[in-house]
Amino acid sequence: MMPDLGKYAVEVLSSYGITMALLVVLVAASLLRARRMRHDLAAVEQRIRRNG
Amino acid sequence: MASLWEYANPRKFIATSDLVLPWVGGLALICLVVGLVWGFFFTPEDYRQGASVKIIYLHVPAALMAINGWLMMLVASLIWLIRRHHVSALAARAAAPVGAVMTVIALVTGAFWGQPIWGTWWVWDPRLTSFLILLLFYLGYMALWAAIENDDTAADLTSVLCLVGSVFALLSRYAVLFWNQGLHQGASLSLDKKENVDNVFYLPLLVCIAGFVLLFLALVLLRTQTEIRARRMRALLARERMG
Repeated sequence: MMPDLGKYAVEVLSSYGITMALLVVLVAASLLRARRMRHDLAAVEQRIRRNG
Repeated sequence: MASLWEYANPRKFIATSDLVLPWVGGLALICLVVGLVWGFFFTPEDYRQGASVKIIYLHVPAALMAINGWLMMLVASLIWLIRRHHVSALAARAAAPVGAVMTVIALVTGAFWGQPIWGTWWVWDPRLTSFLILLLFYLGYMALWAAIENDDTAADLTSVLCLVGSVFALLSRYAVLFWNQGLHQGASLSLDKKENVDNVFYLPLLVCIAGFVLLFLALVLLRTQTEIRARRMRALLARERMG
């Protein structure tokens, strides 16, 4: 299944590995920050409503 | 048909992007998986570059999004400067980290591709150099946003920085045409079919490009929502502090 990358194996696999890692970190960081901000804003809005 | 300016309303933007996001994100994932699996496992070696040609499926889409990400920020910044819509300034801010990551991917994969083919990881070639400067502009842009407390002032100054940086975004695209020196070749994709890479590489490359474009769009929508919420929270907290 794995294609024969010959003498370019290190370069090709490193490129794919680093790209995947960067994209996963970017997507995960974006999702986590979105969730945290949604939660924090809801908490602030609720507190302000409660305190008038 | 609704006017485009309706989406300058933060509530309308969040409601609409909430509907669109799952579709864009899902399509991005499908295109990336199909394109990368197709390119990596089911395409032949290039007769000159061997298996190193498989880096094209990462390098070209990432480089394309690095440049076009900045151009998207330019349009959003101009809208902010001219029409003062907060959502557009926040969209530009949201796009910067995504564009910066795309630039890093383009530079790293370019180095890994250049080493076996050119015999060097890096050379001060016009396109490579302008790309490195573009990355520095991305980092400077994000630092400027983070350094200024007042959102409107930050949006004004970063918009001006974005206008200046656009010179390098365009230069990184057209540097190969301006200077007949350096190692980097011309465009891999062209409307002229004769200049394109062979179809066997071209079709999976198009799917990968679609995947990167959709991923960029999904991330910018999501991050713009986050920036809108962050801005609202700062405003509420400031109002609360003032009593």
